[in-house]
Amino acid sequence: MGNKWKSYIINLSLIISIYVILILLMQAGIVNSYYEGILIGICINIVLATSLNLATGYLGQLALGHAGFMAIGAYAAAITTSMMNLPGLLQLVVSILIGGILAGIFGILIGIPALRLKGDYLAIITLGFGEIIRVIILNLNITGGARGLKGILPLTTFSSAFWVAVLVVAIIYTLINSRHGRAIISIREDEIAAEAMGVPTTFYKILAFSIAAFFAGIGGGLFAHFNNVLGAENFKFMYSIEILIIVVLGGMGSLTGSIVAAIILTVLPQLLLDFADWRMLIYSVLLIIMMIFKPEGLLGKREFSISRFLQKRKNNLKVTPNSNERSE
Amino acid sequence: MEFLTKFLQQLINGIHIGSIYALIALGYTMVYGIVKLINFAHGDIIMMGAFIAFVSITGFGMPLWAVLIISVLFCLVSGILIEKIAYKPLRGAPRISALITAIGVSLFLENLFFKIFGANPRPFPTLFNPEPIFIGSLRISRITAVTIVISLVLMVVLDFFVRKTKTGKAMRAVSEDQGAAQLMGINVNTTISITFAIGSALGAIGGILYSAAYPLIEPFMGMMPGLKAFVAAVLGGIGIIPGAMLGGFIMGIAESFTKGYISSQLADAVVFGILIIVLSIKPSGIFGKNIKEKV
Amino acid sequence: MKGVSNMALLETKDLGITFGGLRAVGNFSIHIEDRQLMGLIGPNGAGKTTIFNLLTGVYHPTEGVINLNGENIVGKKTYEIVQRGIARTFQNIRLFKDLSVMDNVKIAFHHKMKYSIASGILRMPSYWKEEKEVHEKALELLSLFDMEKSANITAKNLPYGQQRKLEIARALAADPKLLLLDEPAAGMNPQETKELMETIHFIRNKFNIAILLIEHDMGLVMGICEKIVVIDYGMIIATGTPLEIQKNKKVIGAYLGE
Repeated sequence: MGNKWKSYIINLSLIISIYVILILLMQAGIVNSYYEGILIGICINIVLATSLNLATGYLGQLALGHAGFMAIGAYAAAITTSMMNLPGLLQLVVSILIGGILAGIFGILIGIPALRLKGDYLAIITLGFGEIIRVIILNLNITGGARGLKGILPLTTFSSAFWVAVLVVAIIYTLINSRHGRAIISIREDEIAAEAMGVPTTFYKILAFSIAAFFAGIGGGLFAHFNNVLGAENFKFMYSIEILIIVVLGGMGSLTGSIVAAIILTVLPQLLLDFADWRMLIYSVLLIIMMIFKPEGLLGKREFSISRFLQKRKNNLKVTPNSNERSE
Repeated sequence: MEFLTKFLQQLINGIHIGSIYALIALGYTMVYGIVKLINFAHGDIIMMGAFIAFVSITGFGMPLWAVLIISVLFCLVSGILIEKIAYKPLRGAPRISALITAIGVSLFLENLFFKIFGANPRPFPTLFNPEPIFIGSLRISRITAVTIVISLVLMVVLDFFVRKTKTGKAMRAVSEDQGAAQLMGINVNTTISITFAIGSALGAIGGILYSAAYPLIEPFMGMMPGLKAFVAAVLGGIGIIPGAMLGGFIMGIAESFTKGYISSQLADAVVFGILIIVLSIKPSGIFGKNIKEKV
Repeated sequence: MKGVSNMALLETKDLGITFGGLRAVGNFSIHIEDRQLMGLIGPNGAGKTTIFNLLTGVYHPTEGVINLNGENIVGKKTYEIVQRGIARTFQNIRLFKDLSVMDNVKIAFHHKMKYSIASGILRMPSYWKEEKEVHEKALELLSLFDMEKSANITAKNLPYGQQRKLEIARALAADPKLLLLDEPAAGMNPQETKELMETIHFIRNKFNIAILLIEHDMGLVMGICEKIVVIDYGMIIATGTPLEIQKNKKVIGAYLGE
């Protein structure tokens, strides 16, 4: 247990260092508001990708309606903000929590029928629900109908986005590395065997799915207060696919992979703005090639751990020519 | 009498669009039956069929019979190529990989045609004499009549093909049990290619007939009819050919009546509603059998 | 009903299931006592695995009753039945292939662990305590099978014999009172089979459990089973001790196809 705390501290220090460096760069004006926007975008995509990874990578169910849950969270958060009058950060937290919870509730409602189905059918049904949500949003008055919502308070800052992302990743990580996470992963590996080992599979499928939806809602809430406007076209099926591409590229079953891929796939389109209309074409070819040649993505099911990395370097330095001992 | 006329009119419209859905659904169901994969890209075959026809007519001024042949050939070959390049390497892979690849293929085709043709919808040229035929007070456009006739003929031919010819039997054998079929001397790869070819050919025709009915084509046009046809295939029993036909007609009629009596907006929602109901009550569809996974 | 000291651990009365028009299993009535080593044999396709699937809730019977410790478990979900004390292995090995040996075993401890989802996420003391306990218990169990050194190996990379052992270890981790083994000796050579026989005896004694096994290897069945049930076409054709079964004409007929 001592070892674990050590690695937690190392990871936390690393995260704080990154944060401080970025903040300083912003203070110094090197990172201007354009880049700040990209950073916030990265954080939001990290939240979306890691949450989808929970359903698709760890639970192993291809869910194609993630943008739908994000939409629920976004609209709920925006509407909450417009109805309450709390100070900045607190308002953001309350709004995105409400967005997340509502998205999570829909995750349960949709999950219960949908998760009784196998792979292909589940994919289509989640796609269907994602589209139904979008159509409903387009037709409700409270969500602004076809015109959407405007003038949402810009409450999302780099700091809030950053720490929300850190928190989301941390929660998913701790969930996965607990007996409940093991249960979820065992369902991916072999659902029948999992049930035969005492795992209540229906419960865990719905749990993983709705937690993923909850975090998608949180991401949506952050997005709403960053984009300041919301329209149904923000949450099309294509967006669900873009998030899926991030998860697949990073590795279905690797949180670090999702983070790395989220960074790459948020930054890359900005760098290649000239090639914007080639983007989806390239992505689609990328998907096909990856599935054929490297389906496990960049990191597969492994995580990159700073503490393990440092430990390995320590080990390599300690091995002497005639010794068999290695410190573990 | 008014009510009856409207009812029959809606019914005929329903059969019209339903027969198109049936043609497209056949493609889904045959492919699913033989490789157990939902070919997400099938809806885009429809789109390609429409665009190739469009280019042949407006760009090259070809006569209808030539247009049909070119379009069908193009889609047929595309279907075979897609299978060989993207799906065959993943035959043993986990289902989720194959599904993602299929999505990739679909995205690729859509964005390829988007790059070539742009987003603006193009008007599909009129193929038939717009003068409707009148039976009593029912007006039936020639398109409707031709569509229904062509679809029914194709379905009868396909049914005969699958049940009576050697290749058709090979297709059914491979659908049942790939391993056993191989041991019987059936060339599994060829059979699968033929299945994709037939499905894509039907899709091409479906695409042309669809564009004749809804004459605005754009690169993402395949998604909705593709999805509806997929639901039709599931409704009838995925992998079961008569099921796809029945499912197609039911979907078409349901959509037509929704548009006629409730609202146009809701027509798309009805599609998903039907899907959810089918998958909740009897996922194997109308003609399907409940087969449990062998433990 | 409960508290009667010689009540059977597991009792089935006229258990049966019909698929479509086919009665796959019928009139299946057995009882298994605590700590009993029972064999279930019969020609291929007789319905043996179907019976396992019925006992573990994978299939719902269309006829009959299954009493586990006096409680009728028909209609219960598989995981509920596991919680009540039946664990199994599979004919075609269903390990969690991409997970480590250790994780495979730990999952079977799931239903005995108590810490909540929130406790897991917040890393409460119960998390640390229970995870440590499970880790130690898993290692202990693996060492009984001489596998503790393989704890971190990915299950799919194990040699076949070890995979079979792991499946048994995993099932034991679920803390059953009745262990169902589906062809545990499949693919084993005589030496491995002999070791398996010793292992089965050992675990029956150490864990005080009853074991019902499906097997085709008659040496193993006759060698360790105290009672044998023979089925053919889904129906019991004989029950008895190994000696009785070997002399039973109906059994010989079923196997030789008379």
